[in-house]
Amino acid sequence: MLAPPSAPPHAETYVALERVTHTYGRDDRQVKALDETNLKIDKGDFIALVGPSGCGKSTILKLVTGLLTASSGYVFVAGREVGAEPVRVGIAFQNPTLLPWLTLRDNVMLPLKIVPPFRQEYHAKRRTEFRDRVDALLDQVGLGGFGSKYPWQLSGGMMQRASLCRALVHEPQLLMLDEPFGALDQFTREELWAIMQELWIAHRPTVLLVTHDLKEAAYLANRICVMQARPGRIIDDTIVLFPRPRTIAISFDPRFVALTQRLRELIVVASPPKDSNP
Amino acid sequence: MNAQFRRRIASAALIIGFFVAWELLCLAFNVKDIVLPRPSQIIVTLIERIPAIWPHAVQTLYTTLVGFALGIAFGVLIGVVIGSSRLAYDVAYPLLVGFSSIPKVAVVPIFVLWFGAGTVPAVLTAMILCIFPIVVNVATGLATTEPELEDVMRALKASKLDILLNVGLPRTMPYFFASLKVAVTQAFVGTVIAETVASNRGIGNLMMIASSSFDVPLVFAGLLILAALGVALYVIFSFIEMRVTGWARRKDEFALG
Ligand SMILES: Nc1ncnc2c1ncn2[C@@H]1O[C@H](COP(=O)(O)OP(=O)(O)OP(=O)(O)O)[C@@H](O)[C@H]1O
Ligand SMILES: [Mg+2]
Repeated sequence: MLAPPSAPPHAETYVALERVTHTYGRDDRQVKALDETNLKIDKGDFIALVGPSGCGKSTILKLVTGLLTASSGYVFVAGREVGAEPVRVGIAFQNPTLLPWLTLRDNVMLPLKIVPPFRQEYHAKRRTEFRDRVDALLDQVGLGGFGSKYPWQLSGGMMQRASLCRALVHEPQLLMLDEPFGALDQFTREELWAIMQELWIAHRPTVLLVTHDLKEAAYLANRICVMQARPGRIIDDTIVLFPRPRTIAISFDPRFVALTQRLRELIVVASPPKDSNP
Repeated sequence: MNAQFRRRIASAALIIGFFVAWELLCLAFNVKDIVLPRPSQIIVTLIERIPAIWPHAVQTLYTTLVGFALGIAFGVLIGVVIGSSRLAYDVAYPLLVGFSSIPKVAVVPIFVLWFGAGTVPAVLTAMILCIFPIVVNVATGLATTEPELEDVMRALKASKLDILLNVGLPRTMPYFFASLKVAVTQAFVGTVIAETVASNRGIGNLMMIASSSFDVPLVFAGLLILAALGVALYVIFSFIEMRVTGWARRKDEFALG
C-alpha cells in the first residue's frame, strides 16, 4: 500500500537544470530572475518549489516547459535539451486559462487533439473513448455532469478543477503545476490535494509543483526546494519522508509541523529586504 | 423578454409612423411627385415596374456578394498575416489606417481606367470598401490573444498552425463576425457608388438613368429596394454573428441552443 517515500536511489534523472541563468528585459532594464541554478529531478518524483514572491519559481517552470529559453546554461528533459524531447507535458496555472468558446469537455479534451499519440486517433475516438476518459476525469474532481457547460457558467473553483483535468488528461510524463490550488478555498484545496496524490500514485508522472502553501508542499511532495530572491537561487533541498498515501491528519503530526516551521523560517530569511527596489 | 417585445413593437410603430407621416405631409402640403413622391406611389411604381427593376436588383446583389466574398478572402488572409506577430502588427498598422482613411469613392475612376466600365470595377470597389473592417478586426483579434492561452498550447508542443486554428482563429471569431455586418453594408455602398458612376446595370445605374429622365418615383423605388437589401444583409450577418459567437457575450441562449 505504501509507495516509496521518494524515488529509489540512483533513479533516472528526468529533468536537469545546469548552471541556468535567466535574465528578463534587455540593456538597461534587466532583471536577473535566476542565477546559475542547478536542479535535478528524478523520474517519477514529486518536487515542490517554494520561496518568496518574485524569486523565479514560475521562471524555472517556464524554462522546463520550453516557454522560455535560458539566457545561459542548459535545461535537459528526458536526456535531451528542452524542446527536442518527445515528452508529454501537462501544465496548470494559477488562473484556469480555459478557452471560453469550448465546453468543459472540449477544453479538457484539447491536449488529446494536439499531443501524439492521441492526436492521430482524435477524430476516430473523440466521441467515444476520449469522451469517456474526459468524463471520468471530470467525475473524479467532482465535475460530473458539467461537461457540456461553458467555463463562464462555472465558479472559479470549478474552472480550476477543469484546468487540472486538462493538465492530466493526456497522461503526461511531466506535470508542471504553477500554484494551481492558490485561488481555491481551504476545503476544495485539501480535497484536490488528495485527488492529486491519488493520481500521482496511480500514474507516477514527474511533478514540479510551485506553491506558496507550505502545508501543501509538505503534504504532496517527496522533495521540497526552497528558493531565495534576487538573484533567484535554490538555497535548501529537503526530502519529505512521510508515508503515502498521506491524509490531512498528517498535517497535525509534530514532525510535519516542524518541517513547515523550518521552511517558513528559511523563506523569511530568503525574502528580499523590503526597501531593495530592483 | 417582455421589455424586449415592447421595444420591438415600438420600433415597428416608429417605422410605420415615419411612412404614414411622410404620406400625410405630402398630401397636406400638396407636394408634387417630381419633388417627393408619396410612399404609396413609390410602392405602386415598384409593383408595376418590378420586371424592369428586378434584373438590376439581382445584379446589385450579385456584385455586392462577389465583392464581399473577395473582401473576406483577402481580408482574413491579410488580417492573419498582420495579426500573427506583434512586429507585423505594429509595423503595418499605420499603413492600414492611412489606406482606410482614403475616401474609397476616389478609387472608382482608377478601376474604370484599368478595367473599363461595367461589373468588374463595381466588384472591386465593393471589395475595397469592405476589406478594411475585416483586416483590422481579424488582426486586432489575433494580436490581442491572451499569452496564457498560447502558453497552454505551446507547453503541449503545438505547432504554430495548431495554435492559430485552436486558439487564434476561434478567439478572433467575435471580431471577425462583428466586422462582417459592417463590411457587408460597406460592400453594398461600394457597389452602388460604382454602378452610379460607371456601369450600365444595377440599381445604382437604374436610379441614375431614372433621375436624368425625371422619373422620380422610379428613383425612390430604387432607393426602397436598396434599403431593403441593405437591411436584409445586415440582419442576416447579425444573426450569424449571434449564433456563432454567443460565447463572447455569454448569453444563456447560446449555451442552450
Ligand atoms: N516577463 C517579465 N519581464 C520582466 N521581468 C519579469 C518577467 N517575468 C518575471 N519577471 C521578474 O522575474 C522575477 C521572477 O519572476 P517569477 O515570475 O519567476 O517569480 P515567482 O517566483 O513565480 O513569483 P510568484 O510567487 O509571485 O509567482 C521577478 O522579480 C519578476 O519581476
Ligand atoms: Mg509565479
